[in-house]
Amino acid sequence: MDISRRGFMKLTGAGAACLGLAELGFDLAPVRAVAADLKIEGAKEVVSICHFCSCGCNIIMSIKDGRMVAAGGDPDFPVSEGALCAKGAAFQSMHYSDRRLQKPLHRAPGSDRWEEKEWDFVLDRIARKVKDTRDKDFMVKNGKGQQVNRVESIFELGASQLDNEECALTHQMLMGLGVVHMDHQARV
Amino acid sequence: MTNHWIDIKNADVVLIMGSNAAEHHPISFKWVLKAKDAGATVIHIDPKFSRTSARSDMHVPLRSGTDIPLLGGMVRHILEKGEFNREYVAQYTNASFIVGDGYDFKNGLFSGYDPAAKKYDQKKWGFALDEKGVPKRDPTLKHPRCVFQLLKKHYSRYTPEKVSSITGVSKQDLLKVYEIYGATGAPGKAGTMMYALGWTQHTVGVQNIRLAAIVQLLLGNMGAAGGGINALRGEPNVQGSTDHCILWNTLPGYLPVPTSDKATVEEYIKANTPETHDPKSVNWWSNKPKYMVSLLKAWMGEAATSENDYGFGWLPKADPGVDYSAIFLLDRMYKGRIKGGFILGHNPAQSMPNSNKVRKALEKLDWLAVAEIHNSETTDFWRRPGVDPKKIQTEVFLLPSCQRGEKDGSITNSGRWLMWHNKGIEPMGQSRSMGWMAVEIFKRVRALYAKESGAFPEQILKMDWPEVYDADGVARKINGSYTRDITVKGKQYKKGEQVESFLYLRDDGSTASLNWLYAGSYGPAGNLAKRRGLAQTSMQARIGLFPNFSWAWPVNRRILYNRASVDPNGKPFNSAKPVIAWENGKWVGDIPDGPAPPMALPGGKYPFIMQTQGMGQIFGPGRVDGPLPEHYEPAETPVKSHPFSAQLNNPCLKAAISDMDVLAKPGDPRFPFVLTTYGVTEQWCGGVDTRNTPLLLEAEPQLYVEMSPQLARLRGIGNGDPVVVESARGRVEAIAMVTVRITPFKVLGKSVHLVGMPFCFGWTTPGAGDATNRLTATVCDPNVSIPEYKACLVNVRKAEKVSELFV
Repeated sequence: MDISRRGFMKLTGAGAACLGLAELGFDLAPVRAVAADLKIEGAKEVVSICHFCSCGCNIIMSIKDGRMVAAGGDPDFPVSEGALCAKGAAFQSMHYSDRRLQKPLHRAPGSDRWEEKEWDFVLDRIARKVKDTRDKDFMVKNGKGQQVNRVESIFELGASQLDNEECALTHQMLMGLGVVHMDHQARV
Repeated sequence: MTNHWIDIKNADVVLIMGSNAAEHHPISFKWVLKAKDAGATVIHIDPKFSRTSARSDMHVPLRSGTDIPLLGGMVRHILEKGEFNREYVAQYTNASFIVGDGYDFKNGLFSGYDPAAKKYDQKKWGFALDEKGVPKRDPTLKHPRCVFQLLKKHYSRYTPEKVSSITGVSKQDLLKVYEIYGATGAPGKAGTMMYALGWTQHTVGVQNIRLAAIVQLLLGNMGAAGGGINALRGEPNVQGSTDHCILWNTLPGYLPVPTSDKATVEEYIKANTPETHDPKSVNWWSNKPKYMVSLLKAWMGEAATSENDYGFGWLPKADPGVDYSAIFLLDRMYKGRIKGGFILGHNPAQSMPNSNKVRKALEKLDWLAVAEIHNSETTDFWRRPGVDPKKIQTEVFLLPSCQRGEKDGSITNSGRWLMWHNKGIEPMGQSRSMGWMAVEIFKRVRALYAKESGAFPEQILKMDWPEVYDADGVARKINGSYTRDITVKGKQYKKGEQVESFLYLRDDGSTASLNWLYAGSYGPAGNLAKRRGLAQTSMQARIGLFPNFSWAWPVNRRILYNRASVDPNGKPFNSAKPVIAWENGKWVGDIPDGPAPPMALPGGKYPFIMQTQGMGQIFGPGRVDGPLPEHYEPAETPVKSHPFSAQLNNPCLKAAISDMDVLAKPGDPRFPFVLTTYGVTEQWCGGVDTRNTPLLLEAEPQLYVEMSPQLARLRGIGNGDPVVVESARGRVEAIAMVTVRITPFKVLGKSVHLVGMPFCFGWTTPGAGDATNRLTATVCDPNVSIPEYKACLVNVRKAEKVSELFV
């Protein structure tokens, strides 16, 4: 019987499939007992990727009832062969950290605190700020009379945290606003 | 990376320099150890002994900022011993090119230097051309003005004695490194170079990489399995974000940014598209017009037509000679010239150099929108220790971002593998993806302009912009599609059909692609980033190519410059580990660098297809600070002279100039020690994500400064003592870690001490310590404006009492 490493892990990881192990000559009684309690039993596997260094280790999230009940290295990913470092191993706990931001926040000028706001409030107000700044400072021509169509007083920094698709749209948006002061972590 | 993670296992020698791979790219080290198990020698050259050193065959400590002397000495050794790959060097590199009469090098300066402007006239370094405009060559490499002879002359000055005296590396260690690495020049042998920010974050950062590439070209290691120049890139999608170029100076796919002196797309294309008169050179960038017009079509859709220059006129234009990069952006912010903006997943108040200045700069803004997962030193700059929030008038918006597992999308790893990640759970609370935020913000700005008009509304309203954020839809658009029914190469395509690869992109508006480099990732066969196939041919399996897992740019090529891994007849230099081979009239193995036959056959082409002349550039006239790397000391240096010339620092170095940008003098007695900075395994970059993850914070809880027992004795500091580290710019509290991992360097006959500090801690994590970057300087490499984080001058003393640390 030819069993790949990944296949083996699937067999040993899922309760029902453990019956197949009889063919390997294992004593199944203790395996069944453990499998019955596995938190990933019945969970759906969804592939994600570690969000730290650029090894890009694939991670298998086990999803049950809309919740990530476990996350571990993906044995099918040929670079990591299922391994994760300390940071990658923290994938699940980072998703459920109570220190995460969960609502848009606003800090008024001169205030000493954040205030929770609705998305519509912050998005509309940012759009207004962008328009007012751009309208005031937009340069159609530079000192030499050349067409430049830019606004120097609005900037953007970030991010190599973004997905490729998010990067592409961010770049397009900045071109659409006339922003030239744009940069991100790739520079440093 | 020119190669990829798994390929490291194919190396005969692994040179890790400017990186602590085992601790900062832990999974990469799996492949280093596999190489070692197979008999490879692993060398770690780094100021500090780390877990990478512990698993290497030898650790060579060098003083931070002296990589060029060490590698320059290696070039000298290779040429003297004749260890280079002569066939490769003569046929595949520009070593045989004759350099024009304008080139000269004297007293540490190349010809054409203007001291007032701190700039070179690079035209002085051009090649001598024949009547057709092709560089003249001497394949025997004997002409006194050929690149090979000029290289030999240049590095003849880098004797082991001089190199040892400035790097602090013993002559014995130098020779051992040179012998081991030089041996990879033998046919069938390969050496890989793994580097990270330890090479790039210097005022000579680009020239560090250049010199590494020169060594790799001399030894025939470029293009080979187990060879290459391999940047261990830091952030999760820094490769992809670089490819999509959220950088002021490039458009997606590394197209140059439009400048104010080029008013039309024709002028832009003419100025930026390289030409060659050598029919054997592919000169891939001659395709630039197709990529640019397809990008304009993707951005502006139906609004971009041949009549209106595809909307080129609507784009913002940079002024030539002005640097808009982060350091200068923040400098202008500090000077009150920037009013508002966006910071997305970035913590400059912590991670940019001279962070005291950055924090002050943020106070000058009218408004700031930050997208983050946690509060950071940047989001909360207005309530940092020592400031009165009432006096800070910046309106701040904090947009909660979701985590990776809560969204779909793709990232590109360091080996250029484009990989898809899938949404598993709903975003926590009201957090959203940054793609969603970009779509919503720009939609609302567009609505305001549609309703009220305003400054130059065309720029905003002509953009082809989605109604909702859909990662799959954007991925399709990145790949590109036909904008009308068309027949290409005898085949009919319908409007809206996906293009198969960048070979199908056109400059007549009939195709649209957000990034030519990624064309082919999502063609008619679907989204190849999702592929998880492990099948390989036996030839591919021998080197672990995995061509069916995900997709790599460009066109699924796994090892760049692979045409240089075969001889001019297409036969692999290394028959045991071939990357490609010409068999029965076709290429097998990896996707070759272009489909042309081997160089010696009819229709054959030179191997380095991205270079205008088709050759690996040993001589590089394109760099602003010289065509050959030369040693210059860091902007802040413990020495007043060095043995190679009287030119102490990079003559072209860039620096921000303000009352807060103060530098210590060379050999400044107030700041006698060299500081180098780095990360730690359990924290990541500026540390916001990991400091907010309890189990990781527990593993690495607090800022420390590593120092040798000799330095500790000198300053009366004990292991575990709270200390103050000071530079000309700032003061930082840290816990002393007295360790033999750092040893004093013998430099020009004197002892030079180096200390090392992580930079991941910040005040929003109570008691952990605050930004190490309050010490570092805003001095930059002149080619790319990367700051010199890796070497500055400090003093260390025992602290009477501390306020930043729990002790």
